[in-house]
Amino acid sequence: MNAPLLEVQDLLLRVGGRTLVRELSFRLGAGEVWCMLGPNGAGKTTFLHTAVGLREPQGGAVRLAGRALGDWPAAEAARQRGFLPQTFHDAFSASVLESVMLGRHPYLSRWQWEGEDEREIASAALRAVDLAGFEQRDVLTLSGGERQRVALAALFAQDAPLLLLDEPVSHLDLHHQVLVLEHLVRLARGRGKGVLFTVHDLNLAARFASHALLLTPQGTVRQGPIAEVMTEAALRDAFGHGVTRIEAAGRTLFVPE
Amino acid sequence: MRRTLLIWLTLAGAALAAFAVALATGSTRLPLLELLQALASPGDSVAGEIVTQLRLPRALAAFSVGGLLALAGALMQVLLRNPLADPYVLGLSGGAAVGALGAMLAGLGALAVNLGAAGGALAAIMLVFALARRDFARQQVFGALDASPRLLLTGVIMAAGWGAVITLMLTLAPEAKLRGMLFWLMGDLNGAESWAPALLVLAVALAVTYPAARDLNVLLRGEALAHALGVRVAPLRRTVYVVASVATALAVTTAGAIGFVGLVVPHALRLALGNDQRVLLPASALAGGTLLLLADTAARSLLAPQQLPVGVITALVGVPAFMWLLMRSPGKA
Repeated sequence: MNAPLLEVQDLLLRVGGRTLVRELSFRLGAGEVWCMLGPNGAGKTTFLHTAVGLREPQGGAVRLAGRALGDWPAAEAARQRGFLPQTFHDAFSASVLESVMLGRHPYLSRWQWEGEDEREIASAALRAVDLAGFEQRDVLTLSGGERQRVALAALFAQDAPLLLLDEPVSHLDLHHQVLVLEHLVRLARGRGKGVLFTVHDLNLAARFASHALLLTPQGTVRQGPIAEVMTEAALRDAFGHGVTRIEAAGRTLFVPE
Repeated sequence: MRRTLLIWLTLAGAALAAFAVALATGSTRLPLLELLQALASPGDSVAGEIVTQLRLPRALAAFSVGGLLALAGALMQVLLRNPLADPYVLGLSGGAAVGALGAMLAGLGALAVNLGAAGGALAAIMLVFALARRDFARQQVFGALDASPRLLLTGVIMAAGWGAVITLMLTLAPEAKLRGMLFWLMGDLNGAESWAPALLVLAVALAVTYPAARDLNVLLRGEALAHALGVRVAPLRRTVYVVASVATALAVTTAGAIGFVGLVVPHALRLALGNDQRVLLPASALAGGTLLLLADTAARSLLAPQQLPVGVITALVGVPAFMWLLMRSPGKA
């Protein structure tokens, strides 16, 4: 009964004739926070797109809550997993509230309009990303980091058991990076969500993730509990750059050479 | 919801008023009372004949064509995720023009010109569909996960190609035929009595796209996000393209390539009412119809008995209106 939220088996990802990832297998269960690390072009985004169903893998299988990805009806899948893309599109003006309420799309029937419930869920999501009171602002007047937090709020409003995030903190300031990752950990520990996010900041990864996937340019993937994966040797191997691991202030820190 | 109904009712009221103006205006001016009498019992008077046989069909054609263009424009803007898109942006009017002008060059009658326009529009639709088929196919082949820019580019290049053919045809055309060809190119409702197909397609186009209106709101935020929120992106994009194309093709076949209605109306409504397609799609149809009806009334009465191509009026009104919209809200285009 207790199928993992996300199960990846023997995954093979190729883009333009180049093998990005091979023989990747892992299971992401409720309450776990996975970070995905790796150099540019290692296949982090490609993997997330595959896990969301935006592209087919060249081999292997992705299962969502025990069911093959392709067998999920679109709307049901949207209630099972949410996705934060790396880039946003807002060529048209829209209010912050409207933008966040889009996250409720999979729950509304065809003729149903957003009501008080949706507004409350959206406002709560905005509070979680420190944007309370921004409901009526036009998204086009927001800064890059604020827009990213609006997109995160929409994802939180979607309230799916599995959250896949492509660089959720890339445009955020220090305070909001910590705030958002703390919220993700809270969702996992407190509400049994599963989280998988890509990130470039090793220290944030080490501090907030319970597990890690470390992609290398060779296509192999190290995985497991965070402390086992994030070793000096493994990181140097993956990034082609030396990293020193130090313990200070009760935390594990990584300093690039 | 209540606000939406109010918006639609207001626009419907404006449409009715525009019909009253259009039916009353012309070489025989009719006060409202006589107009109502003429409509109630058309057989009784000359006025009745004029209103029901001449003015009403043309007014219905103008309203339907305007509605089709504005609806198609609203859909294209969503499909291409570009507020500057219009119904002709993918080269459809160019294809229709080549067909229609070809029929004129061959010296064929009005029916053949309409068929030529329809055939040309159809050819343009199929061509873009074939060239951009990857963009309408399954998600996995979306190159950078975003098909809109490539589709737009395909359309722009097609439009440029059609434009060259049109210029070639105008160059080769004998003097006597030039005037008719230019009128067709500007868009002209003179002699456009076949309103029924246009009105029917307008109703069908709204009925097909309206249930997907909230999906379109999501699609506007990018294909990857739309997919993640449960929208079946590829079929939706195909549907929107086909509906917008057929709507445009019928508008162009009925009245030539009337410009600016499809660009300005959805754009202005978006600025005024917000960007919810559930409000916008019906509002565009109503406002576009009303605008073109008023423009056509002006086109046939301003310099009467001289008739202007209605496309001139829509462009003359549309260009400054659009400029004003752009200047008024910097960064909110």
